[in-house]
Amino acid sequence: MNTISTYRQCLYSLLIVGVVAVVCYGVSAYIGYHVIAFILLLAVSLIAVLFDILPVLLSAFVSALVWDFFFIPPHFTFQVKSGEDAIFLMIYFVVAITGAILTYKIRKVEKTVREKEEKVNTIRLYNTLLNSLSHELRTPIATIIAATDNLQHSNAGLTDASKQELVDEIAKASFRLNEQVDNLLNMSRLESGIIQPRNDWCDINELVYDVVRRIEENKVQQQIIINIAPDIPLAKIDKGMLEQVLFNLLSNATIYVPDGGNIVVSASCERDILKLVVEDNGSGFPAEEIDKVFDKFYRLKNANAGGTGLGLSIVRGFTEALGGIVSLQNVPAGGARFTIELPVELSYIKNIKNE
Amino acid sequence: MNKPTILVIDDEVQIRKLLQITLENSEYNVLLAATAKDGLVAAANHKPDLILLDLGLPDKSGQEVLKVLREWFAQPVIILSVQSGEDDIVLALDNGANDYLVKPYRTGELLARIRSLIRRSVPGESSPVITVGQITIDLVLRVVKKDCEVLKLTATEYSLLALFAKNEGRVLTHHYLLREVWGESYVAQSQYLRVFIAQLRKKIENDPNRPAIIVTESRIGYRFKGNE
Repeated sequence: MNTISTYRQCLYSLLIVGVVAVVCYGVSAYIGYHVIAFILLLAVSLIAVLFDILPVLLSAFVSALVWDFFFIPPHFTFQVKSGEDAIFLMIYFVVAITGAILTYKIRKVEKTVREKEEKVNTIRLYNTLLNSLSHELRTPIATIIAATDNLQHSNAGLTDASKQELVDEIAKASFRLNEQVDNLLNMSRLESGIIQPRNDWCDINELVYDVVRRIEENKVQQQIIINIAPDIPLAKIDKGMLEQVLFNLLSNATIYVPDGGNIVVSASCERDILKLVVEDNGSGFPAEEIDKVFDKFYRLKNANAGGTGLGLSIVRGFTEALGGIVSLQNVPAGGARFTIELPVELSYIKNIKNE
Repeated sequence: MNKPTILVIDDEVQIRKLLQITLENSEYNVLLAATAKDGLVAAANHKPDLILLDLGLPDKSGQEVLKVLREWFAQPVIILSVQSGEDDIVLALDNGANDYLVKPYRTGELLARIRSLIRRSVPGESSPVITVGQITIDLVLRVVKKDCEVLKLTATEYSLLALFAKNEGRVLTHHYLLREVWGESYVAQSQYLRVFIAQLRKKIENDPNRPAIIVTESRIGYRFKGNE
């Protein structure tokens, strides 16, 4: 109920009391005014279920006055003639107020429970983060330290080939570390909410080839195939963010698609929607986990080492910051298909011949 | 021939050390400075052939150093920075930097850019005929050839290519290219630049999708790679 302002809640409460009172007034010839007190009390209880303490107190107070004024004889005065009615009015008031206070207390308990649950969830999330982060950051660091130790201290015993291998391991570990730091920085940029797309005209063809080249710099074991319509228009978009989206999708695919597999990147425009698709012929995702893969720190149940569970959540974060949507389907023939759809302004001035 | 001298201005001792080893192994004289003040003094005293400048210095921002340097220092300056924000980079290029590399950078890439910029800045070696791979650009006759065959370029394509060729190794920002080729009123019309770069690549590059001559510096501009 926190979504409705207290002012509005008071207004609605008065309205409910008013409507119930009018209806009761219409039938007051047929039922006794004590029954009407119970009907009004029912309305106050309903308000107590729906709203906060202030509107409930208000309706308790107003309904008591309404009952007194319109229904307790003599009508249209606040006078109460019989002692019995006075007691009844008092009890009415106390019951209504008790209802309001009980509601208030229940709300408070609910709030504490909810906060506790949230805290437990946060701690759980935090632990997951710490576990995967410490693993993801420490593994490459451990590799670098161990390899340099070997090079520094057991130089005499190492063949040139093993030295080269150690250096290669250091290089690989450094890249992995760098990628994880990039992911963390991007995640904190997204979390801070200060991310603002800076749109400019972008050659999608150039962007895709550029990202694929960067991915292929790290000895990829799969074949990446690019499939873009030659007449694809220019799109107005934040290039850096789109690059990161595609980079993370491809980086993810190179981790999970078996060696020798195919990864196909396609881009097309239809009306004002730019569609990027990254499809592979790997083993796809377990159906029950498809909805969760974009969640922060979510990692597949049978995932092998590698990945913080940040890559795909950054894909979703950036895509949504660009006003688009990302979806994942399994391909019937086997493999996964990630689809990014972005609303963009397009420019078809592709050939300016006579300038 | 004397070895070219490179001045490194960076406050991180590890980076200085690493650059010293890398550059000395590639036959350069190396000068090191840890602060903006020391860097400016070294630049004035030793007149290096190239400066590698870090943007985040303790006593003065690298941007300020660049402005002061450019009042009297004409040799190339390459920015080394951990800041990958395009605003900083574009500002540094506007302040007179010739090129930039974001840390962590690749050593091979750094050496290639140093070679390219130093070669261009040696007096007497800048010729009006520039050859890159199979492409020859004659700035006097205004003729561009690929494998000895004359290419048909439009006037704008030629102006763009000539501007690149005159600034070999240097990163040219979108803004700069639009202003120089199309004029001040076109600086916001970046779609023209995209279209013409794509057209130009189709004519001069062996594989327009994997350009080797005019390379993209994402969100910043383009660089004419030349022979490295």
